[in-house]
Order: sequence, then C-alpha cells, then structure tokens
Amino acid sequence: MTPLLSVQGMTRSYGNHLGCSDVSFDLYPGEVMGIVGESGSGKSTLLNCLAGHLTPDAGSVIYDTRGHGPRDTVTMSEPERRMLGRTDWAFVHQRASDGLRMGVSAGGNVGERLMAIGNRHYGDIRGHAIDWLDRVEIDAGRIDDRPVTFSGGMQQRLQIARNLVTGPRLVFMDEPTGGLDVSVQARLLDLLRGLVRDMGLSAIIVTHDLAVVRLLADRLMVMKSGRVVEHGLTDRVLDDPQHAYTQLLVSSVLQV
Amino acid sequence: MSGYNFAYLDEQTKRMIRRAILKALAIPGYQVPFASREMPMPYGWGTGGVQVSAAVLTPEDRFKVIDQGADDTTNAVSIRRFFERTAGIATTTATRDATVIQTRHRIPEEPLREGQILVYQVPIPEPLRFLEPRESETRKMHSLAEYGLMHVKLYEDISRHGHIATTYAYPVKVEERYVMDPSPIPKFDNPKLSDCAAIQLFGAGREQRIYALPPYTTVASLDFDDHPFDPSRADHPCGLCGSVETYLDEVIMDDAGGRMFVCSDTDHCETRQNAGYRGKDAG
Amino acid sequence: MIELRNVSKTFTLHNQGSAVINVLAHVDLDVRPGECVALTGSSGAGKSTLMRMIYGNYMARSGVIRVGGVDLVQAEPREIIRIRRETLGYVSQFLRVVPRVPTLQVVAEPLRAIGAPPDRAEAQARDLLTRLNIPRRLWSLSPTTFSGGEQQRVNIARGFVHPYPALLLDEPTASLDPENRDIVLGLIETAKQRGAAIVGIFHDTDARNRVCDREIDVGRFTPEQAA
Repeated sequence: MTPLLSVQGMTRSYGNHLGCSDVSFDLYPGEVMGIVGESGSGKSTLLNCLAGHLTPDAGSVIYDTRGHGPRDTVTMSEPERRMLGRTDWAFVHQRASDGLRMGVSAGGNVGERLMAIGNRHYGDIRGHAIDWLDRVEIDAGRIDDRPVTFSGGMQQRLQIARNLVTGPRLVFMDEPTGGLDVSVQARLLDLLRGLVRDMGLSAIIVTHDLAVVRLLADRLMVMKSGRVVEHGLTDRVLDDPQHAYTQLLVSSVLQV
Repeated sequence: MSGYNFAYLDEQTKRMIRRAILKALAIPGYQVPFASREMPMPYGWGTGGVQVSAAVLTPEDRFKVIDQGADDTTNAVSIRRFFERTAGIATTTATRDATVIQTRHRIPEEPLREGQILVYQVPIPEPLRFLEPRESETRKMHSLAEYGLMHVKLYEDISRHGHIATTYAYPVKVEERYVMDPSPIPKFDNPKLSDCAAIQLFGAGREQRIYALPPYTTVASLDFDDHPFDPSRADHPCGLCGSVETYLDEVIMDDAGGRMFVCSDTDHCETRQNAGYRGKDAG
Repeated sequence: MIELRNVSKTFTLHNQGSAVINVLAHVDLDVRPGECVALTGSSGAGKSTLMRMIYGNYMARSGVIRVGGVDLVQAEPREIIRIRRETLGYVSQFLRVVPRVPTLQVVAEPLRAIGAPPDRAEAQARDLLTRLNIPRRLWSLSPTTFSGGEQQRVNIARGFVHPYPALLLDEPTASLDPENRDIVLGLIETAKQRGAAIVGIFHDTDARNRVCDREIDVGRFTPEQAA
C-alpha cells in the first residue's frame, strides 16, 4: 500500500532557534496520527511545514495526489499546492476565527471551497451547505447567520464543515479542542471520530491534550525540543511509555 | 496656459503613466501599480482619472468630462476647466464629438467608437478587498486566478436579499482571466464594457493603480447559473426625452413627494430632445 | 491462533533513578482455536501485563507474540490496529468510551469499524444488550454513568458483538450477579464453539473451571531478580 503522506527529514529552524529537526514518518490512508509535546516542542512548526504554511529548511512531504500519484508538495508550484490546500487537504485551526470568515454567513463559509473549485449554482451550493451544517449538528436555520453569533463549539464545528465540504482526504488539526469547555470538547471529539470513520479520512492532530489523542489518534508521535522522542501505537505510548520524557508527560496528567 | 507644462504633469511623469497604461492594455484587467502624483485637488475627486487623462491627451484632442452622466456638475466642470487651463485643449459635452472622455460612475449611452478613449475615475480598484483585506493575499489570488471569494460575495447577496443586490461596481471577469472592479458604474452599464470599440482606461489615484480594457475585449459580469446577471433599469420612460432604454436618475420635485425619472446621461437626453423626442414631463 | 515465544518484559522508570523492573521472562504460550486458557498466579505476578502485551498495549522487551499470523512485537501501528479490528478482541475490566456517545453506538462500534452498515451493526448491538439484560431505556444514554456491573456488561457486549477469532478477557465476570455471570459464561462457551482462541483472567474459580481448558501459572515466568 502507498502511504498517503510520506515525510522525510523535515527540518525547520528560526535563526538559531530550532523549530523541528529531521522528522520522518509515513501516514497511510485512514490513519489518524497525534503529535503531542509541550509548548515550544516544535509540533506546530512541524504541522505548518507539512501543510505548506511554512517552508521547511530541509526535507520532503510526498503526498499521493489523486491525479498524478506521489508528489513532493515542498517543491511543487505554489498554485498546485494551494489547490491541494483547498480541495484534497483541510486545515482546522485552534481558533475558529483563524479558519472562518467571520463577516460571512455560515452558508457562505461552507460554500466558499465549492465556489473556489468552480461551482456556479447557488441552489446547489446552498444544498451542500445545509447538508454539511446538519452533519456537524448545526441547525439549518442558522445558515444565514454569521459565525460571530455562534458559540465557540459551533464555530469550531462550522470550521470543520467548511473544510470537509470538498471531500478532502487529509486533515491537519491544530489543537482542535483547545479553548473549548470540556462538555463541548467531548461532543466535538465524537463528531470528529464519526467523520474520520465515515469519510475514511487521514488526519494529523497536534495537541497537548493526551485525552484527545487517546480518543482520536491511532498512533502517536511525542516531540521534545524539535525532535521526535517516541513514536508508536497511541495506547502503547500512553500506557507503556519508553522514553523518559514521555513517562514524565504521562505521569504529569492529573487522574480524575 | 503659460506657467504649466502641457496637461499639468511633467513629461517624465506622463511617460511613467503611459508605460503603466501600455502594460495595463497588454494585460487586460490586471492592476498595474504606478507612482501616483499629488494633484491640485483632493483624493476622491478623480485624481487617478485626471493623471491618466493628462498622460493620454494631445493638443488635438477634444475633451469631455461627466460625473454620474452629467457634464454640468461641480466635479465635471472643475476637471474640464483644469485641462482647459493647463492643456489649452478644446472641450465638448457631446459624446460623439469627444476624443477623450473622463467619467465618474457612468458609461455614456451613445455607443463609443474606435479612436475614442474613456477614462474612469476609480476609488477602490481591488474587487476582492471587501472580503480579503490583505493586499499580499489579494495579489496572490489574482496571480493564481483564485476567485471563489468573489462568488462568496454574490452568494451572500442572494442569501440575504433573495437576489444579487449589488447594483454598482458589479464585478466582472476580463477575457476569462482577471476579475476586475469596473468602478462604481451602475450594473446597467456593465454590458457596455464588453466588446467596446473605444479604449477604456481606469485610474485609481489614492490606491496608485491603473488598469485597462483594450478595444473589443470580452468582459463578463459574474453570476450564478441559477441567478444570472440582470442589468436592470428603473421601469419608467425618461420624463424629458421619453427613452425607455437609458439609465435613469430619480429626481424629487417637491416636498409633496413628486418625482420624475430622467436620463442620467444629460448629453444623450438633450440630443434626443433636440431631435424631437419628448417625455411626459417635458415642458 | 495466539502464539508467544520467549517473550520478556521489563519496565524502566526513567524518572525514578532509571530503576529497571523485570516482570516476565521466557514466556511461551500457545492457544489454539476453540481453546480457552486461564492465566493464574498471585497478584502482581504479571497476568494483566502479559495480557496487555498480547493486545499490543504493552511493549515486549523481546520475543515474538503472534496473533493471526502477525508478530505484534514488530508490527507497525496500523497492522496492530487492523488485527484489533478484525482478529483480536479485548474485554478489559474498565470501560473507556467517548463521553456522550449512546450505549447502543458504543456496542455497535466494533462492527461499524469493520464497515458494517449502521442498521445491521445496531441490530446486533440491540440483540446483545438484550441478552445481557441491559434495560432498553439505558441504550440511548452514555454508559459513563452506569453502575459497575452495567458498565462491565456493556464492555462485554462490545467485545462479543464481532466474532473475533481471538479474545482476551480480563475478569469478565468480576462484578456480575449470578444470573448475568451465567449469561456471560454462555457467551464465552459459544465463542469457543465457533473456534475463538481465548486467554482469560478469572478470579472466580467456578467460572474458570467451567470455561477454561487449562491454566497457566504466570508466576513461573517471573524472572530471577538480581540481588
């Protein structure tokens, strides 16, 4: 089986400060990988390099494109990369306001990607928007409301709908439940789990919340100071951590 | 006219602007940056259009200026006087007789012909500005022809009003490539942009951009398959000349709410009246 | 079906002076289809550790753990996940679920994960919940608020809804009343009859005697501790 994403030697620094160093892994279709680590461990830098938001200093991100098979997204032309970014990839930001157009209605937010790839039928776009609002459990009656009138959890679900409407195969998530109430987090996690399963999505989730990765991620990468210190099946890493840092991380979580 | 270089601007500046115009004509609809000069009038009064006119005018030209279709409003009169004084050129109010026409917010009703130049005054040249405030991002969107956002604006219109409620500065796509703001002309005028025999030049002074449509350029107004573009006009004949084909202004006549509809293009209306056409309100 | 060769397990506690604890060594075990093997031994002997290693949840230090032909010690995470989805079921002592997900969905999930249509998965989940005497009014609620015995039966339903060829059972009857205990033992017997290879931990001697074919004392794998 061909990996959907094959990452080799991903390295990025900011002057003398190391972002991430020599990170390599393969992600297979339908796999969900978590990346955990403390603030400054390089996990967000890595995610942004993978998603094409940052240019890495070294390394390659080979993506198995629909049309042309495996291609290095680091060296492909910008129009191609941006096209991937709004069709076959999705990016869920921690702050919904970074991933939504706050001045545009919920329907317009969901419809934007469709219009970007050439859909020119209003009724059709609106139909898709209603369908997606339903799938992320937002009342269709809110379709013409702006996201500023939504709760934090609803905004995050709207961001997910906006991202998934084009049927992407790979989703990048940066702390998708960060900043949400615990009760809202659970609902969002359940929703994400269902979407990942039903759409056969592959996903890379950056978080510092071990509970999130336990529920969502098949496998886990633990980062410290820009490097991967441990990598494996999620419950194995969490229940039988091998590296000193992972042991510290796991034992630091308060038990409830 | 002593004391001024021809058409106010120095020759180097005019050459710089002409280069921008030539580039703009070579890439229809693309916004070319230029080093806009301070003009002896405030921004918003047509400084971009005035600089473009200054760069294209020759001593043999006959110059016309309209503001919302009228030759006799303050803005039109002052720009016409400006070039009379600084270029000593002939002026006219007749569309037919003019070789260069500077306009704010209208395209003349009379079809333009080859050899004429129509200069638009543009306040905000960037059609994507409404939804994407970052200039770096809008430039990238133009260069990659990523125009989904433009339809988001139209989508928002329909979702809020049931139809596309944008009535002026209605976005267009030029030769299936660049999305362009046609300046705040009524959407009624949009069809005249396309396949026009004259050269159309757009100048934005404050924003320092020039863009252009060479003669016979295809210009399409953006729309949806199920909400096609509709260049609507008020459903009245002109009160003065009786035309049912022109763009109308609504004029309030008295404190009792009396009103009349008249052509916004004053030259066209007068030409028709002189030819014997009469509307119901004509004296 | 389940095959262990020379498996050993140590824990290294990096944050406690790098203490190394040898837990198991030289573990050999074979469980054939239709066979149920009980792990016995005193508390702390490593019964749960061994079971967790077979599930891939704990990392073996050395050796081979083969389930359905795949060596879980060497396998990639996605291989282990595939084995868990298709081949290897696990009924743990504790229920771990996403809050807010209804019991019916919790039980149907293993079938959904292998691509069963929702209606069929739910029908089978309903059937099992009925057999395990979980009141119908609870099906639409999350099991997180259930009593210990109810949670355990939900856990069992989850473990038996898909006919796994290999099953790991950690105290499946611990907090059950006699009637439900009998039902669960019946499920285990049925699983054996269809050919499931089962490894279990049963403190309940009667239950062990009823369903298990043989016992392995995990204590015999306890390594000699260095003095």
